[in-house]
Amino acid sequence: MPSSVLWAVDLFGRVFTLSTAGQSWELCRDAQLEFKRVSAATQCCWGIACDNQVYVYVCASDVPIRRREEAYENQRWNPVGGFCETLLPSDRWPWSDVSGLQHRALDGVALPSPHWEWESDWYVDENFGGEPTEKGGWTYAIDFPATYTRDKKWNSCVRRRRWIRYRRYKSRDAWAKIPAEDDPQQLPDPFNDISVGGWEIIDEPVGRLSVWAVSLQGKVWYREDVSHPNPEGSSWSLVDTPAEAVQISCGPHDLLWVTLWEGQALVREGINRNNPKGSSWSIVESPMSENGIMHVSVGVGVVWAVTKDRKVWFRRGVNSYNPCGTSWIEMVGEMMMVNVGLNDQVWGIGWEDRALYFRQGVTQSELSGKTWKAIVAGRECDRSHSGSSSSLLSAGCFFGDEVRGSGESCGPSDTDACSEAERPGPDPDIGGTAERGVEVAGSASAPAELPWTNIDLKEPKKGPSHSAPGFPETPDLSSLGLLPLGLEDPYSAGYPPLWAWVSGGGCAVEAHAVLKWSAVQSGLSPSVQTLSLSITPAQTAAWRKQIFQQLTERTKRELENFRHYEQAVEQSVWVKTGALQWWCDWKPHKWVDVRVALEQFMGHDGARDSILFIYYAVHEEKKYVHVFLNEVTALVPMLHEAKHSFALYTPERTQQRWPVRLAAATEQDMSDWLALLNLSCCESRRVHGRPSPQAIWSVTCKGDIFVSEPSPDLEAPERLLPCDQMFWRQMGGHLRLVEANSRGVVWGIGYDHTAWVYTGGYGGGCFQGLARSTSNIYTQSDVKCVYIYENQRWNPVTGYTSRGLPTDRYMWSDATGLQECTKTSTKPPSLQWTWVSDWFVDFSVSGGTDQEGWQYASDFPASYHGYKTMKDFVRRRCWASRKCKLVTSGPWLEVAPIALGDVSIIPESPGANGSGPSIALWAVSDKGDVLCRLGVSELNPAGSSWLHVGTDQPFASVSIGACYQVWAVARDGSAFYRGSVSPSQPAGDCWYHIPSPPKQRLTQVSVGHTAVFALDENGNLWYRQGVTPSYPQGSSWEHVSNNVRRVSVGPLDQVWGDGGGGWMLAPGSGTQGDPGSALVSPAAVPMVPLWWGGQTFKGSAFQVWVIANKVQGSRSLSRGTVCHRTGVQPHEPKGRGWDYGIGGGWDHLSVRANATRAPRSSSQETPSRQSGEQSLPSEPLKVAGGPQETLGPVCC
Amino acid sequence: MTDDKDVLRDVWFGRIPTCFTLYQDEITEREAEPYYLLLPRVSYLTLVTDKVKKHFQKVMRQEDISEIWFEYEGTPLKWHYPIGLLFDLLASSSALPWNITVHFKSFPEKDLLHCPSKDVIEAHFMSCVKEADALKHKSQVINEMQKKDHKQLWMGLQNDRFDQFWAINRKLMEYPAEENGFRYIPFRIYQTTTERPFIQKLFRPVAPDGQLHTLGDLLKEVCPSAVAPEDGEKKNQVMIHGIEPMLETPLQWLSEHLSYPDNFLHISIIPQPTD
Repeated sequence: MPSSVLWAVDLFGRVFTLSTAGQSWELCRDAQLEFKRVSAATQCCWGIACDNQVYVYVCASDVPIRRREEAYENQRWNPVGGFCETLLPSDRWPWSDVSGLQHRALDGVALPSPHWEWESDWYVDENFGGEPTEKGGWTYAIDFPATYTRDKKWNSCVRRRRWIRYRRYKSRDAWAKIPAEDDPQQLPDPFNDISVGGWEIIDEPVGRLSVWAVSLQGKVWYREDVSHPNPEGSSWSLVDTPAEAVQISCGPHDLLWVTLWEGQALVREGINRNNPKGSSWSIVESPMSENGIMHVSVGVGVVWAVTKDRKVWFRRGVNSYNPCGTSWIEMVGEMMMVNVGLNDQVWGIGWEDRALYFRQGVTQSELSGKTWKAIVAGRECDRSHSGSSSSLLSAGCFFGDEVRGSGESCGPSDTDACSEAERPGPDPDIGGTAERGVEVAGSASAPAELPWTNIDLKEPKKGPSHSAPGFPETPDLSSLGLLPLGLEDPYSAGYPPLWAWVSGGGCAVEAHAVLKWSAVQSGLSPSVQTLSLSITPAQTAAWRKQIFQQLTERTKRELENFRHYEQAVEQSVWVKTGALQWWCDWKPHKWVDVRVALEQFMGHDGARDSILFIYYAVHEEKKYVHVFLNEVTALVPMLHEAKHSFALYTPERTQQRWPVRLAAATEQDMSDWLALLNLSCCESRRVHGRPSPQAIWSVTCKGDIFVSEPSPDLEAPERLLPCDQMFWRQMGGHLRLVEANSRGVVWGIGYDHTAWVYTGGYGGGCFQGLARSTSNIYTQSDVKCVYIYENQRWNPVTGYTSRGLPTDRYMWSDATGLQECTKTSTKPPSLQWTWVSDWFVDFSVSGGTDQEGWQYASDFPASYHGYKTMKDFVRRRCWASRKCKLVTSGPWLEVAPIALGDVSIIPESPGANGSGPSIALWAVSDKGDVLCRLGVSELNPAGSSWLHVGTDQPFASVSIGACYQVWAVARDGSAFYRGSVSPSQPAGDCWYHIPSPPKQRLTQVSVGHTAVFALDENGNLWYRQGVTPSYPQGSSWEHVSNNVRRVSVGPLDQVWGDGGGGWMLAPGSGTQGDPGSALVSPAAVPMVPLWWGGQTFKGSAFQVWVIANKVQGSRSLSRGTVCHRTGVQPHEPKGRGWDYGIGGGWDHLSVRANATRAPRSSSQETPSRQSGEQSLPSEPLKVAGGPQETLGPVCC
Repeated sequence: MTDDKDVLRDVWFGRIPTCFTLYQDEITEREAEPYYLLLPRVSYLTLVTDKVKKHFQKVMRQEDISEIWFEYEGTPLKWHYPIGLLFDLLASSSALPWNITVHFKSFPEKDLLHCPSKDVIEAHFMSCVKEADALKHKSQVINEMQKKDHKQLWMGLQNDRFDQFWAINRKLMEYPAEENGFRYIPFRIYQTTTERPFIQKLFRPVAPDGQLHTLGDLLKEVCPSAVAPEDGEKKNQVMIHGIEPMLETPLQWLSEHLSYPDNFLHISIIPQPTD
């Protein structure tokens, strides 16, 4: 979970933020303004300053807020001058909007407010529906308005082109005044209260917010069109109220309560995605007639109120259907105000002490919480706004329950936040103002939130106040470290700040994590501590080296000459037995009860080999099967909701597509067996510790991560190692995709689009104890959605009902309609997952929906659309999602805060020797922004910051080749090449649109050393022909195979002797040219990177691995199979056939780290042999068709 | 070698080549050949010397056999000390193999405890583990364990099974996330030069100012004579498992990685050899 902040205003009107990862309150920049109210969301905060004006503070991010302005230039052909601006009188404006109805001259387009700036000048858009246009960007038609085409025809009488210009919101990390209304009549009088919320009502547009305000005259106003791309909104509109309002609170979802002057509360009804302003009001009386309500605050499903006698009340029975709730419950404590933040967590300001309190124990099942706990954090003036290394020091010491000392130095003054330059050490002046020692109450697991940059092994930037080499804490901060929350005793640390207002709308505190605040956990976990050990130079400390060295010497001294001595303790065979279930090999397949025994033979050096026996009975006859664990190639957990099972693969079983499947009675039992078998496999193959930097990483559709050590034989041409013999071992964690490079930098992306960086550890998840590293294992969580569908059929009498035809699908089903899935019976994917939300309708289904989320079709199953026609007799509705969450652990640290959709790390070029200063890493955010990570290196694999690379449309996939060739695929399926990317110009200069293969929309691209492969939405794999250093964008796409789900091109470089530059000869030899290729020629000239010329471009081959959709084995079919392209040679870049590896549920693969150099081959022309010959040259991947089609064991 | 896990393995698989000879005064029927064995450093003498006992009993008359005990250069060897500790303390400077004399008579009642069966060793071992956990976690961890977990610790030691032992023992090595280490470090410091069998005191792994305590801090506090003065000549060796960790080594790390199976750090202070 990334760090987030709590906003508060003190009695002097100064705004402070408290980061969940930080230690103390930071004064908001732009401190000239004094505020009376703030209301925060995750990305921004709205406030009312003492001038009664509304301001918005948009938090900075590496991705800019940019909006596109468009204008169309329209021309008509006339016989005299050809195309010209002279239009017919009936025509549109020469410069117009897209419809042609509005006049829109380029110089007439103004910035909406002083908070915006232009990114560049106007330019012509040469991309027409995913295809490049001719220079000039004109599109042609017979007449206005009509269908435009790229090509000029004989009857093209009119043409138009689109001009684009981007504007960028510049007032970030600063209070930006919301411009006053143009129309003085409409001008709302000065504001009194403001509240933002509603971000869960609807996802479109991105970051949409409901901003409500109350004016001094008691009127309620709604700010229109506030969203992430339009942070200021557009205008205020008045919402009529039956009485004068004084205060307002808007929840994240559909709750909106208003406090009335008379002391009642006003509840808005009818707020939904189609009408975020709601429709009507109803009144809720105050809990006590003599004391009216003074303040309300609402969350997703809770309402808290404070009455004029300062009593705190909790409203029972509030939900979307009954926003008024049922009754009031009085809570303990006297508060000035309360504020409900994210996850319905509650913050309050005490009446008497004006201290800040957090409601402890608020969970989904107990929304009213348990007790108030004071939060006392020091106020550090804006010392380190830029997120310097200081936050590191809070690592290991986040929460505690007793005050063990204090680092405070009591000073007299509570004022005057000094904003001088950064100071390394404790500043006496500032120290005086702040109870520096007292701990923060932020949120959950602190260590996992640390930005990796802080865990740099290099010299910590703390300057002279270093105290000890082994533990880089400055004295002041180390005392901070030990200081826990000053719970219940805010006065213990000097003068507490006096607060006036708090807003938790941007502060993510997980309900379950709150427990960490209150007590020492009984589950003792070393992870936090080891973080602080691992980040110190301890790993490289002299004492550690000495111990390792001495132990080695000791073993030599005491054992070397005495190995012939008898061992005192004989090693017997150790057998672990147990009862499991086995998915039997014969028909009819079913689970049968078996006894299993793992026999281990251990040597005195700890190495061992093992055999797994499975004893079963057929017709009273006892039989067994056995598996040598040194032959096992993968152990894959298959947690289904009903069975705790796992699959065991050997090369033979992989070929059959029929693993040994075993199930245990409990999840614990399964984990134990899985961990034990894994350990035995690793032992017998002598694989342990961190994977090598060259490792091949992959992810299954269940999110499990597997690593394989590449053998040099994998790419050796004459004795190719069949890839079904590769051993895959599991790493802890849960990811959707993973990418690696050979310098040990590994990034992953979770199902919830969170970016993760590999920490260098191993184990985690169910691999505990010896199977995991001591350090570098952190908590990891992931969230995904479960979808079920509601199906209805139309009948003439009653319209759509849930009564279908007898042949119809279930009225509640999965997407295919074949499985019945009701709201109550549907469970999370496995027991690792827990529900975190209720069912809600998904409106973002492809094909569109109507206002209630229904999609219509003529019959089941068919293609659905979002509107009803006469012919539609059935409809379905996607109840997406209920969100479920998984919490596990693994060697991963979050890279906050930008969520990613794709990532690519530069593969090491063979000549570079891994000595480059920084490692190029490109990514696509979940919103489609292209990003370039700066500062990535072996020591700092997380890098430091993102550089945004502007695009004209959202992107989907990106890949960077070893020579800094960046290729990307946009969401509309078009491909792009980024020009001039180099170490000195990491973001390059501009995009060149590359035509896609005819009639195909590309979905993914992968670039190796030089080779470019792309994948389209129909599973076709394409090779880019004609890529040369002087013409890096290549000439045409050539079809390689179908049935491919994912491709990964590695940089592997084999030395091919004097092959005569086979690479250079490859393009053009017998390939059909792509007619579209001429269109990119204008781009070709400036694209040659000079520094590229020095590289040996010839004689480089590469490796192509894919995940195939379906592969038929001798016994079954597997979907999602790792395949290796064989016969790839410089003069035959497309390769010849496929070698099939591990499969059944594999989703993603990265071979880009594998730079293992194959031994130099003497005979270049040796054809691929062995399993490579399974398939004929250029044969497409085997596709199953037989009746045997069953889902792979890990079905997707 | 860069992984701390490898340290655990090295510690566990430490072996001392030993030559057992029968005491000259023992009455035998035939001449007793010396017996050579690799003794696990982390185990106990009476737990791993069944073979030795059998070997010598073959050449003796039944009536001359009573409880076996061992002696090195005149010092009876306490079976309830781990073997590695005995070796480091008494024999680390002598040449290998370690020459141990085997006795069947004249049990030195005042020096040694009787060891009639392996149950006695188990009881001793478990009591050490419990004492260590009392220091580390107020006994919370050991008390939360089941009986079979206790048994697995013991069987792991008895059968020299690293994995079996550490599968349970790792729980004893954990500590709360908000602490920087154990409550107290279970340690014992042995010196040959004093009468006192060993020094054991309460000592925290982390100083009040948050600094991690080191091995040097511990020695300065509880056994100052062992530490050489700043510029003085080094007179003593501080030895654990046959190695001399630097005095800068954090004590918490030592406790997690160089403790014996009984969860104690057994530290030997021996005079610097004058070679």
